[in-house]
Amino acid sequence: MSKPVAKKKAFRLLTQIPREELFAPGHGLCAGCTAGTIVRHLLKVAGKNTILVNATGCVEVSTSPYPYTSWKIPWLHLAFENASAAASGVEAAIKVLQRKGVIDPNKKINIIVLGGDGGTYDIGFQSLSGMLERGHNVMYVLYDNEAYMNTGIQRSGSTPQYAWTTTTPAGKVWRGERRPKKPIADIIAAHRIPYVATANPAYPLDMLNKFKRGLEVEGPSFVHVIQPCPTGWRFDPRYGIKVARLATETGMWINWELDHGEFDVTVPVARRKHVRHYLRMQGRFRHLTDEEIEEIQKWVDQEVERINKLVGRQVIGPVEE
Amino acid sequence: MAVTIQRAKVEWKRLPLSSNYAVAYAVKDLDVDVIAAYPITPQTTVVEKISEFIANGELNAEMIHVESEHSALSATIAASAAGARAFTATASQGLELMHEILHIASGLRLPVVMSVATRALSAPISIWNDYSDLMNTRDTSWITIIASTAQEVYDSVVQAFRIAEDPEVMLPVIVAYDGYIMSHTYEPVLVPENNEPILKYAPKNYNRIKLDPERPVTMGTLASPEWYYEFKYQQVAAMEKALEKAREADKVFAEYFGRGYGLVEEYMTSDADIILVAYGGLFGTIKEAIDMMRQNGVKVGGLRIRLWRPFPAEDVKNALKNAKLVVVIDKAISYGARIAGPVALEVMSAFYHDADKPSILSIIAGIGQRRITEETIKEIVDYSRKLLERGRIPNESLYWGVRGVRYE
Repeated sequence: MSKPVAKKKAFRLLTQIPREELFAPGHGLCAGCTAGTIVRHLLKVAGKNTILVNATGCVEVSTSPYPYTSWKIPWLHLAFENASAAASGVEAAIKVLQRKGVIDPNKKINIIVLGGDGGTYDIGFQSLSGMLERGHNVMYVLYDNEAYMNTGIQRSGSTPQYAWTTTTPAGKVWRGERRPKKPIADIIAAHRIPYVATANPAYPLDMLNKFKRGLEVEGPSFVHVIQPCPTGWRFDPRYGIKVARLATETGMWINWELDHGEFDVTVPVARRKHVRHYLRMQGRFRHLTDEEIEEIQKWVDQEVERINKLVGRQVIGPVEE
Repeated sequence: MAVTIQRAKVEWKRLPLSSNYAVAYAVKDLDVDVIAAYPITPQTTVVEKISEFIANGELNAEMIHVESEHSALSATIAASAAGARAFTATASQGLELMHEILHIASGLRLPVVMSVATRALSAPISIWNDYSDLMNTRDTSWITIIASTAQEVYDSVVQAFRIAEDPEVMLPVIVAYDGYIMSHTYEPVLVPENNEPILKYAPKNYNRIKLDPERPVTMGTLASPEWYYEFKYQQVAAMEKALEKAREADKVFAEYFGRGYGLVEEYMTSDADIILVAYGGLFGTIKEAIDMMRQNGVKVGGLRIRLWRPFPAEDVKNALKNAKLVVVIDKAISYGARIAGPVALEVMSAFYHDADKPSILSIIAGIGQRRITEETIKEIVDYSRKLLERGRIPNESLYWGVRGVRYE
């Protein structure tokens, strides 16, 4: 794998974000949904020479009710589990049609898959792994709201331990979800693709630079974005970005990138907040005892330690409040 | 699409090809842009041959080595959505795995072509032939041709792209044939020295609606009860149109290349008291058996269903209306139905409103490639004659050739 050219961040100021809107307003996402924010910014970076393949999910259903559409770029939806296979087909078609001169061979056309956590961690995982292994020039963007929100908040492979969902209720026997969140970005990284990153809409410049980098590299890339969901996480719709920021400030969500094998944390956190600040804002964790919260704090401490070791310095600091 | 028809000057070469290889040659000659496929017996040699063509630079295409048939069809139709001429091939379990996407392909009106080397379904697992896999696609809005020789397989794949990509049709097409019995047996096949006449007959159209950043479209939307029905009704109308277009495609093909098949194939039907109806490679055996029986003065004929969807009901009725008894041999079972043969049901339904109609007998045979020889066909006809004499045609399917079941 070739070494990356010296990285220069494309976006350093909010004023550098393109003004053109390719994601139209009037879609049916819930009030306060942060998926819209993510997609809107994704399209600003990608620009109009982009084809987007959408897995079935919240964004798909709420942006394409015939005869309306929110998409000012070509958009394709086939089904839930096959968005990566579909993107593979689109990419192959563009490649051969450019080779045959049917499409201008000098025109760069971005191909993006957009999938939620169900469509990525679970049902779409096989086709995603296949697409990555075959090396298609496609960027996969995962908006992760940690459950099947579109069907009404059922647990997915992404649901964190102890979170309430409609299929992992907190009862006398169960304390919400019983298994830890599947480390999807690590699994994707194990495919040895050129670029893998995690991002957070509360840090828009970092997120935009990652989209930009993902589109720029030759071959598959994967950007995993945390997407607070007011409906499923049970918080006041005005706090989406605040919840997102707390995820990073507590170390529950670390913004990193793996660029051609080089690992770095792109949003260092000098002093961490205690996880209770993040958890107590959300109704899905309302049933947790102080002991259970401390247990989660311990898992986060361990993960922070692992990440710091990987980077070789203390990029994420100790808990201070 | 008015086409001036002239016999094309084609230099043919005669090659020994299996039906699978015949598919691969057609795909090459049609200059297909994207192929996505997954290995499954007995389809695999289709994709092996196409891979050889690409590897040797004989076909300029992208081959996507997908990780499942579900992804194979997904990638194929997405490539078509992006404007490419796209193809896939499968059989049996692979076709079942694709089932969800079969409906999406036709619902999105994407003109892809798929070959199916038909095979029995698990469980128990069987790699041998019958048509249970294909018959499960009946209601998916795919145009379906069932070929009976390797030459017809080649010619049908060529016709399939012309029909599928017709702006008034825009539906996917399956070209099916017997797994093993045809997919792995060799026959002489005429293929052209160069593919120009093939592309003239089935020209590529890159100007259809597609995923184009210059003219963005949203494909695969959500349709509320306010709209969904209209989408589906348009498929009904397109299927009706496809009947006419398939007929025209075969007619033009015959005039252009000198080979035609019709939507059904008749064999000695005009004076026949008993007509055997079948599909696929079995019809070859039936024709042999008819020849033998005719020598003994038995007035028997044959009708082959070549176009299965849309069903050419008028052609079928015209061929069968003067027979005393029609015997439909199905290589698939619709479990729990009294008449369990899918094609038998279709033939019966075509005659339902007619006062004057032949008796129709449904026979199930060849399941999991249980052998059907000329002798078997003769036994079926002998028994049918007995039933005619008794004047009582059973209103339920007969399961021919299964252990423990005998018809006296």
